[in-house]
Amino acid sequence: MSATAALSPAKALTMAMTLCAPLLLAAALPARGADGETLYKIYCTQCHGVEGYGNGVNVPAMSVQPRNHRDRGEMSARTDEELFKAIKHGGKSINKSVLMPTWGQNLNDDEINALVLYLRELCCNSGG
Amino acid sequence: MNVKTLAAALLAGGLVQLPSGAVADGKQLVEANCASCHALERPDYQALGHEERISRKGPPLYFAGNKFQAEWLESWLQTPVRLRPAGVFPPAAVKHTDDGDAIDPAALEDHPALAADEARQAAEYLMSLHPFDELIAATPYEPGTIAARMGQLNFTKFNGCDACHQDAPNTGGLSGPELYSAWRRLQPKFIAAVIADPVAWDPNTLMPKTNLNDSAVERLSNYLKLIGEEQP
Repeated sequence: MSATAALSPAKALTMAMTLCAPLLLAAALPARGADGETLYKIYCTQCHGVEGYGNGVNVPAMSVQPRNHRDRGEMSARTDEELFKAIKHGGKSINKSVLMPTWGQNLNDDEINALVLYLRELCCNSGG
Repeated sequence: MNVKTLAAALLAGGLVQLPSGAVADGKQLVEANCASCHALERPDYQALGHEERISRKGPPLYFAGNKFQAEWLESWLQTPVRLRPAGVFPPAAVKHTDDGDAIDPAALEDHPALAADEARQAAEYLMSLHPFDELIAATPYEPGTIAARMGQLNFTKFNGCDACHQDAPNTGGLSGPELYSAWRRLQPKFIAAVIADPVAWDPNTLMPKTNLNDSAVERLSNYLKLIGEEQP
């Protein structure tokens, strides 16, 4: 007997919904593939700087200095999960500034993961 | 009175207006002069991906009729002034310097000015583009008042809008459009709808969608009303 044949209709439906859930979620935003560097340029450089030093063009107006993504020490103190959470749910979600907005409804999880990877590149693998 | 005589009488009395042709003329004018920088139809965001935002030269205009105040639009097209200090795509106009990132003025392009009759035709056509009527109709905002201090706190400390936007000349961030002129430029419900859900208007927007409730949207919109009405 095959595995499929052994499933009850209810279990099969549950499995199908589980398998399709990422597709349904992804449909809320365009399925845009982009590398982390490109996403960083578009969404992050205004505050974190075109080279990631935390001195973007908006900084003179800001009450809190954005994170210097080239700072290996500071960035090493953050886990990938924390970085993901800060991008998706905003600075407040990790007890940081409200000036770091929530990007979870502009970017999908794959895009946010690509950004996290690029942050690691910036801080720790690019001689920064 | 025959039909022709009746029609002539109604037209002469201003009771009936025939299409002026301005919309048709404006369409031709806008398509010839504006389409290279502005989207006049909804882009295929799915297919274009983030490249659409990187290569965008001007804001999309296919929902201009849901967005602008017609009178302001006609006037601005004749005497265009910069509304986005760092341009439409700030990373393209910003350079790293030892003193922090700075706008490179040479990277910013000026918007061409139209003659008065061209501006009227273009504005009339653009205002006929309103595919988001349902989004506007679903926006509960009705303009009201807010105390200046409370409005400013909402704009700054509570929501961080000032990181990207100016609420007075030379006060606030540079990457987003100035907002002290927003009330004169934009329709009230558009302001509220974009604050509530910028992604619904533009999937590639640089403005984060932050799940503000209706009251928070109302407070921010009323603050833009307050500061907009204060401007000379």
